[in-house]
Amino acid sequence: MSEPALSIDLQMASEAKSTRARVLERFRRHRLAQISLVVLVLMAAAALAAPWLTPYTFDGQDIELLGRPTPPSWQHLMGTDQLGRDNATRVLYGARISLLVGLLSALISTSLGTLVGSLAGFYGGRTDAILMRATDVMLSIPILPLVIVLSGFTRPNLYMLVFIIGVLSWMGTARLVRSQFLSLRSLDFVEAARALGGSSNRLMFTHILPNALGPILVSTTLAVGGAILLESALSFFGFGVQPPTPTWGNLLNAARDWLDTAPWLATFPGLFILITVLAVNFLGDGLRDALDSRL
Amino acid sequence: MNSTNFTFLARRILGSVPLLIGISIILFGVLNLAPGGPTDVYAEIPGVSAETLENLKRELGLDQPVPVQYVRWLGAAVRGEWGYSIRTGRRVATDVKERIPATLLLGGTAFLLALLGAIPLGIMSAVRRYSTVDYVFTFLSFVGFSMPIFWLALMLQSLFAVQWHLLPSAGMVSIGDGSFVDRVRHIILPASILALAYMASWGRFTRASMLDVLGLDYIRTAKAKGLGNGTVIYRHALRNALVPVLTVIALDFAGMISGAIITETIFAWPGMGRLFIESMNGRDYPVLMALLMIGSLALVGMNLLTDIIYSFVDPRIRYE
Repeated sequence: MSEPALSIDLQMASEAKSTRARVLERFRRHRLAQISLVVLVLMAAAALAAPWLTPYTFDGQDIELLGRPTPPSWQHLMGTDQLGRDNATRVLYGARISLLVGLLSALISTSLGTLVGSLAGFYGGRTDAILMRATDVMLSIPILPLVIVLSGFTRPNLYMLVFIIGVLSWMGTARLVRSQFLSLRSLDFVEAARALGGSSNRLMFTHILPNALGPILVSTTLAVGGAILLESALSFFGFGVQPPTPTWGNLLNAARDWLDTAPWLATFPGLFILITVLAVNFLGDGLRDALDSRL
Repeated sequence: MNSTNFTFLARRILGSVPLLIGISIILFGVLNLAPGGPTDVYAEIPGVSAETLENLKRELGLDQPVPVQYVRWLGAAVRGEWGYSIRTGRRVATDVKERIPATLLLGGTAFLLALLGAIPLGIMSAVRRYSTVDYVFTFLSFVGFSMPIFWLALMLQSLFAVQWHLLPSAGMVSIGDGSFVDRVRHIILPASILALAYMASWGRFTRASMLDVLGLDYIRTAKAKGLGNGTVIYRHALRNALVPVLTVIALDFAGMISGAIITETIFAWPGMGRLFIESMNGRDYPVLMALLMIGSLALVGMNLLTDIIYSFVDPRIRYE
């Protein structure tokens, strides 16, 4: 009795493996995405290991260098700022904030968007109408000014800021997940699960949702890049993370005053934002190529 | 456009009324429920008593519950009365109107630059898919939309204005010089920077859309008839490929005409985006509300316009 079931199990396992192998193989073909993955892993590792990578602390001042910024040297690879603080150390610690904000905001916006999109796409009718009108309203408000207003008025701490960015950028995911649900919900395997007495929650989250994970993963990746850019723009205007906590955005804000005499202070944080967001976008592109089963 | 489309559009226009009301409720709520109010600015001035503050609040209607304030605001706003700026004391409409030409000039220039760059690049990239040109353009467009534009603006400002003295670093005209050349020199940096991200994204869209169309049967038919490459690409493929690109361009254009906050602030460009940041620093609620509503109106309007254009250029689209 148990033998046929076992062989089906095995068959499914081997098929699952071959899907995974195909995805991996397609991902390997996207060389920029692979390089990007390495860059991001190194960046994250360096950010985590910051205290061991640098002999300085992010707010430690060298009294002898106080007064004006010094250019890059062997002791200070990216120079020091006007307070005698090591710029490289501050950029490294800034990576912690930027990556954290990027990842957490993307998780929040993806979770929210997935929830809204699933409910709208699965139940349809009035639920769909209400949720999608709400999505339309949110999509019709320009996001940067709204985030600036919210953040400027509430002076949020880091986690509040993550929350603000997350709850204002779920709309794209909601539309994406809804369209996935609309095309998946009437397929035979869903009907079969329903006939077996599966509850709505079970149908939504254990049957339909896993089939939509590919596009959701891609949009999450791209959302990380968007959130990093948004946070750095906010901090650049002084409405985001406040000093003394260094972030790439507020380092740039501080460097504005020294643009004529110490351009290196502005060069490095911006370069790190660019490299990180670029890597995230290439990774997203690679994942899209790899996960798109139509190709 | 036939009558079904017309009914659809009429309904679509009416449908944006509740949309706009929803938007205004959210914006009003955000601006009013945030801690600290417009009178906080006065509270910091020594010599202003609590009583004076109370009187001021009553005078401004700020002692009323937020829903009442909202209904009052809405009633006035639809009649074109947007209140008075807390910072300047002038009518909000006057303050905003003053900034519109500068924003339109910058946005319009950037729009043209982006369009002139994006469409040819997108076509070339699609026609020569997987060629060096395509790879270079793809890479550069990724750089374009991954770029923190405030950083790019700072770097270019530092290079062109501070180090090389080639272009002015900020403003719209030099004092005492209003010549055309002077104005052109001022707009080059901000307009190019603003155009860059849009150029990258529109170019990618054009490329993707061209690739979709170039794979269709009617293109093969056109080629089989013996038409030249140019005719097939520009007269047959491009027309259809541009239809989906229109949506993206229209929505981005809404962002451009409601003010480029980052670019205008860095280059001290006297437009609506800079007014927004100035109003943020002065907690100028009426102006902020007006600017946010203008931005949303532009988005809603452009969405509507795209639908109308769609029904004209693509007769297959039937709305029900």
